[in-house]
Amino acid sequence: MTKQAVLSPQPGVQTVARHDTSRSAEFWAGVRATIPLVVGAIPFGIIFGAVAVSSGLGAGTAAAMSAFVFAGSSQFIAAGLYASGAGLMIIILTTFIVNLRHSLYSVSLAPYMRHLPHRWLLILGFTLTDETFLVVSQRYTAPDASPNKHWFHFGSAAIMYTNWQLCTWIRILAGSAVANPENWGLDFALVVTFIGMLMPGIRSRPILVSVLAAGIASLVLAGLPNRLGLLAATLAGVVFGLIAEILKNRHIAGNRADA
Amino acid sequence: MSTYEILMVAGMMAVTFGVRYPVLALVSRVHLPEPVMAALKFIPPAVLTAIIVPAMVMPAGQIDISLTNAYLVAGIISAVIAWRTRNLLATIVLGMVIFLIWRWFF
Repeated sequence: MTKQAVLSPQPGVQTVARHDTSRSAEFWAGVRATIPLVVGAIPFGIIFGAVAVSSGLGAGTAAAMSAFVFAGSSQFIAAGLYASGAGLMIIILTTFIVNLRHSLYSVSLAPYMRHLPHRWLLILGFTLTDETFLVVSQRYTAPDASPNKHWFHFGSAAIMYTNWQLCTWIRILAGSAVANPENWGLDFALVVTFIGMLMPGIRSRPILVSVLAAGIASLVLAGLPNRLGLLAATLAGVVFGLIAEILKNRHIAGNRADA
Repeated sequence: MSTYEILMVAGMMAVTFGVRYPVLALVSRVHLPEPVMAALKFIPPAVLTAIIVPAMVMPAGQIDISLTNAYLVAGIISAVIAWRTRNLLATIVLGMVIFLIWRWFF
C-alpha cells in the first residue's frame, strides 16, 4: 500500500494513489500484487507434478493439462480419478463441477470488461483462477479511473500462468530430487495474503454478515466433494449479505418514515 | 500420450473454458439488473472467507481448534494485524514470521 493510501482521510477506504496508469505500470502492478499468491501456489504446483507422475499420467499429459486446462484443484482431482481407472465422462463431468465457481467469478468481473474486445476476454477468461479473480476484483473496484485496469488483470494472470507451468515442469523433470514442499509452510502465504485482502474490505454490517455466513458455511459444508463446499459457502455468504442489506435499507427507510 | 489422455485433456479444457469465457463474453455485453449488481459485491469477501476459514480451522482435514494449530493461531493474529494496520505487506510479512516461529515451537 502506498503512503498516500495510509494518509487517506477516510481510513478503510483504499484510495489507490497510483499516478502511473500506463499499460506497463498496470501490468507490473498486477504481477507484484499477485506474487504473494504465487508463492502460496508453488507447493501445489510442484505437488501436482508429483501426483501426476504417481498417478501414471505421462509427463506430456501432465504438462498439457497445466498448459491447456490451467485449473489447479481440478487437475489434482482428475489425476486421482485417472489413477483409480475412472471413465472419461466421469473425469470431465467432475472437472466441470470443480470449476463451476469460475462462472461466478466471470459474472462478477464481466461488468468491468464491457469495453474490452473479445480477444481480451478470451485470454483473461482462459487464465481465470481464484487468485487472479480476488486480486483483480480489488483493482477493478478501486475508485480511480485508470483506462488500463485490464493490463493489471493481464499481469496477474501472466505471473500465475507462468508459475504454474514452471512448477509442473520442475517436478516432472527433477522427479523426486525436489524435496516434498508440503511441509515448508508456504501454503500459509496464500492464507495470510487472503486475510490481508479480506479484513480492510469488511466496511459495512452486510459485508460482515456475509463473511460470517460464508465462514460458518465453509466449515459445515467442508465435507462436500469437488470444491462444492467453496461454491456453496460463497453462495451462502452472498445470500446472507443481501438479506442483511435489504433489512438495513428497510430499517433506514423506516426511520425516515418515522421522522 | 494415448488417445484416452488426449480426449481427457481436451474434455477438461472444454468444460473449464466453458465455465469461464462464455459467461464473461455474454455478461460483459449486457447490463445486469440492479439487484444482481448489489449481490456481486459480496462474492469476493465470501470467496476469501470460504478459502481462509477451512485452511485455518482444519489444515489437516479435520477441525483442530488448539494452540498447536499454527494456521489458526497465526491466522487470528494476522487478521488482527490486517484489521489494525490495513497494510497488506505488513500483514503478510508479520503473519509468515509468526506462523513459522509458532510452528517451530509447537
